[in-house]
Amino acid sequence: MIEEKFASGQSFIHKLDPKTRIVAVIILSFAAALCDIFFVAVLYFIISTVLIVMARLNRKDVIERIKPVFWFLLMIWILIPITFDGQILYQFSWLKISGTGVILCCKITIKSITILLLFTSLVATMSIASLGNGLHKLYVPDKLIFLLLMSYRYIAVIEDEYKKLLRAAKFRGFRPKTNLHSYKTFAYLAGMLFVRASFRAQRVHQAMLCRGFNQKFHSLDIYQANRFNFIFLIGISAAGLSLVILEKIWI
Amino acid sequence: MNNKKNIIRLKNITFSYPGSDICTLDTLDLEINKGDRLGMMAPNGSGKTTLLHTIMGLCKPDSGVIEIFGKRLKQEKDFTPIRSKIGLLFQDSDDQLFCPTVLEDVAFGPLNLGFSQQDAIDIAKTTLEKLGIQGVEKNVTHRMSGGQKRLIALAAVLAMEPEVLLLDEPTAGLDNRVREKLINILNGLDITYLVISHDFDFIKAVTDKIYSMESGKILTDEKIHIHRHEHIHKHGKRPHVHK
Ligand SMILES: Nc1ncnc2c1ncn2[C@@H]1O[C@H](COP(=O)(O)OP(=O)(O)OP(=O)(O)O)[C@@H](O)[C@H]1O
Ligand SMILES: [Mg+2]
Repeated sequence: MIEEKFASGQSFIHKLDPKTRIVAVIILSFAAALCDIFFVAVLYFIISTVLIVMARLNRKDVIERIKPVFWFLLMIWILIPITFDGQILYQFSWLKISGTGVILCCKITIKSITILLLFTSLVATMSIASLGNGLHKLYVPDKLIFLLLMSYRYIAVIEDEYKKLLRAAKFRGFRPKTNLHSYKTFAYLAGMLFVRASFRAQRVHQAMLCRGFNQKFHSLDIYQANRFNFIFLIGISAAGLSLVILEKIWI
Repeated sequence: MNNKKNIIRLKNITFSYPGSDICTLDTLDLEINKGDRLGMMAPNGSGKTTLLHTIMGLCKPDSGVIEIFGKRLKQEKDFTPIRSKIGLLFQDSDDQLFCPTVLEDVAFGPLNLGFSQQDAIDIAKTTLEKLGIQGVEKNVTHRMSGGQKRLIALAAVLAMEPEVLLLDEPTAGLDNRVREKLINILNGLDITYLVISHDFDFIKAVTDKIYSMESGKILTDEKIHIHRHEHIHKHGKRPHVHK
């Protein structure tokens, strides 16, 4: 299921404070998402690959990680060029391929990969607890952070629970078909899942209380406060800002 | 009374779950003194888990008095300080382990008690080592086996160095080797505990007194007599009550 494949490492990026990395990724991904010129988008892409290299991640794993986005991109490449208006690039009888559409696709492709790489290099390189800790220091409401941490832990449990229920139904001869009985059974399963999930939430809360939980959160990762954090943030902000200025002057 | 220091005292506790008209605990009395090693064997659904949750303040009784360490506890905030001194091992470990990795889970308690990160890590590591499950610190909690989760949950409880342990079926799902180890650990600990189990030999090995529960009340040693017979008997090896 959800793995923290990249979280352990010894690179410069891994040693940066979570707070710094979160701020950096927000600056860069907003800047990248909002840029309008293909050439500038390529520059952002270069920044993101540099960060990936700096994080010293296994190249194969990184490609594996960004694979799902290719399906999304494939869909865009099929749909947008033929449905977009504008200057026509090719025309096969009724099928018009729009040049503006193709350029748009290129932009979307490079931007989405860039943002994914940014998050992989800066956010996926910390454990989920550190992420929570960093968000906490950035004044994100604790409730939201808990939601994140608890979902991370319990998605697997809920999935297990669902499998268990389904297995129980199957062992008693249940075969999903398209009839009322099947729909009703699935409705029961879904209902049971909610009931169990809410009971479990209650019990987990009790367990947390028993272990002295006081609405505060701690992470075990120790980050040394050093000036690299500051320098890194300045560097990232400067890069983002100069690219934004570059783009404004270009127009 | 006696010279032993009273740690937990429940008096006339009545509790029923919301929406149910059966009293799960019915004018129940229980005393646990310092150094007590109590066992509890009772049928499924007799309210053992509910009893432990009442002691921890997780179930609020409808009436009765709860006194722990000599203090009367009424509201939620009265229970907060005692929860770090009483360690409850939940019946279902999945409820108890909620952190992504094993080390984080075991260190969760010590961190809440105010230990520094490095100290919490050290405590967690030594506790895991004591239970013989070193080397799994970085593992993802929900991918451990049922028995391993049990031990990790126990480590999480022990890492807080409680004065009293309440163990809800600690041996469920453990193999014989680990069960033996648990017996050794419990016998080696110098603390007060109450163990719930359906495993007669285990209870026999780690406790001095065995209680039972019936219709929401505790049956103490004097009233019951659970033992294992040497002679052939229609109950076989199963422990049973002589009326
Ligand atoms: N959350 C709940 N809501 C309503 N009723 C409950 C709830 N939990 C337990 N009960 C009821 O309270 C009674 C006692 O339950 P409890 O879990 O304390 O039993 P137990 O002695 O621990 O049993 P077991 O040996 O199976 O663990 C049972 O009859 C059960 O149906
Ligand atoms: Mg129980």
